[in-house]
Amino acid sequence: MPLLEVKNITKQYEKDKKVLSGISFDVNGGEFISIIGPSGAGKSTLLRCINRMVDFSSGEILFHNTDIMSLSKKDLRKYRTQIGMIFQHYNLVSRLTVIENVLHGRLGYKTTLQGIMTRFTEEEKKEAFHLLEKLGMREHAYKRCDHLSGGQKQRVGIARALIQQPKILLCDEPIASLDPNSSKVIMDHLKNISQELRITCIVNLHQVDVAKHYSERIIGLNGGQIVYDGAPQELTTTNIHQIYGSEAENLILA
Amino acid sequence: MKIDVYRKKKRQFTIFALIVLCMTFISAKLTNFSFVQGISSVPEAFRWMGSNLLITRESFEKMPSILDKLIETIFLSITATTTASIIALLLALLGSQTTKVNGFFSTLSRFIASVFRNIPIVAWALILLLSFGQNALTGYFALFLATLGFLTRVFTETIDETSNSSVEALQSTGANYYQVVSKAVLPECSPQMISWILFMVETNIRSSTLVGILTGTGIGFAFDLYYKSMNYNVVSLITLSIVVVVISIELISNYIRRVIL
Repeated sequence: MPLLEVKNITKQYEKDKKVLSGISFDVNGGEFISIIGPSGAGKSTLLRCINRMVDFSSGEILFHNTDIMSLSKKDLRKYRTQIGMIFQHYNLVSRLTVIENVLHGRLGYKTTLQGIMTRFTEEEKKEAFHLLEKLGMREHAYKRCDHLSGGQKQRVGIARALIQQPKILLCDEPIASLDPNSSKVIMDHLKNISQELRITCIVNLHQVDVAKHYSERIIGLNGGQIVYDGAPQELTTTNIHQIYGSEAENLILA
Repeated sequence: MKIDVYRKKKRQFTIFALIVLCMTFISAKLTNFSFVQGISSVPEAFRWMGSNLLITRESFEKMPSILDKLIETIFLSITATTTASIIALLLALLGSQTTKVNGFFSTLSRFIASVFRNIPIVAWALILLLSFGQNALTGYFALFLATLGFLTRVFTETIDETSNSSVEALQSTGANYYQVVSKAVLPECSPQMISWILFMVETNIRSSTLVGILTGTGIGFAFDLYYKSMNYNVVSLITLSIVVVVISIELISNYIRRVIL
């Protein structure tokens, strides 16, 4: 049984303007999926439909066979704890320290009061330091996040998502603001996460070559529809043409 | 090669300058204001100030009572600002696009902010004078309401500008509303909010002088009293002490800003 079933979902912000139309796919545990497509194809909206930061207009998404649109407010919180999210602009609380930002990932498990009073257990704190250690950020734990480089910020973002102990990691263009070196570090970490911890990664990407190199499966979006869903080895130039709407030779593919 | 953009900008500037010039002349004509007369009376005004506004030894005898009134004014402004800022924070959380609870409260908060902000503080003082009479409470409420309007507006903008992305991140971890506010919105916005509160304390000390004249409290009352009894030497001592207080408060708050930002 698949972990996540996306069934025929549609999203429109305005009438007659569908951002997503008839999207369907299944996701299994531990998969590494890249979603590629031109800007405005609906990649970000699709990711945000999965953790319901955006409510889709029709269709359904099943997580462990539960319809996520039917969740109560309390259950939605619980559901979101199982879905980590990583952002292009890191979305850290920049005036707080690294360790504070990492522990924010536990807020979903806390009562309101525990959260406001910052009552984290000894295990949670240990786990936070353990994750930072694994991501090579241990010595920066007490630094303020606005003093970090882009690559370091993104690693804090990953630690914040991992401490949620998620089943799925949604990554919204995680390397779009990073230099090639940091990009490789971040992509390698994501790959490790999916292989070692068996956490499903769904990654929005702009770089076709990166998608081909890292993922087990590529979903191509164009105009809010899936135009390709398959293995990266089978992605032909015709497919790329379909996804990006221009001849492959006009694209930078590296 | 001619670049049309520059020519167009020059023409726009000329037209704009002509309009301002025309408006100045028309306004002066309508109000019977004469520039020549205005400028020529400046030396005379300074001569009067020089001879009447000297701070004499006798006026210094009033210093203890002036200080008393001054301290009253300072504390009134601080109380009005801090209490208003707490209410303003709640209204701003409801009003901001990032943290609003629903559309109704958001509109309501923006409406309250704009009403309170757009009624001048003097008007507030005069209106409240009718219901509370001449006492410190009237002055407090006048300052409180005007501050509330202003702070709600700037707090709302601060929240909208600074905390959008971290709010999204915390919501996606499953954090609830109160946790998001306390862990993302407040840490991101507090330096700017404190800076605005300090600005408002300065402004309120200045305007509480004016409010005091109307409500008969604080340093404004002292100013009015000596002004009406034509004791101009004391009046200038009071003015000088207000200036000293405002400048020192400004220096202190600039220092605090440097430390927190």
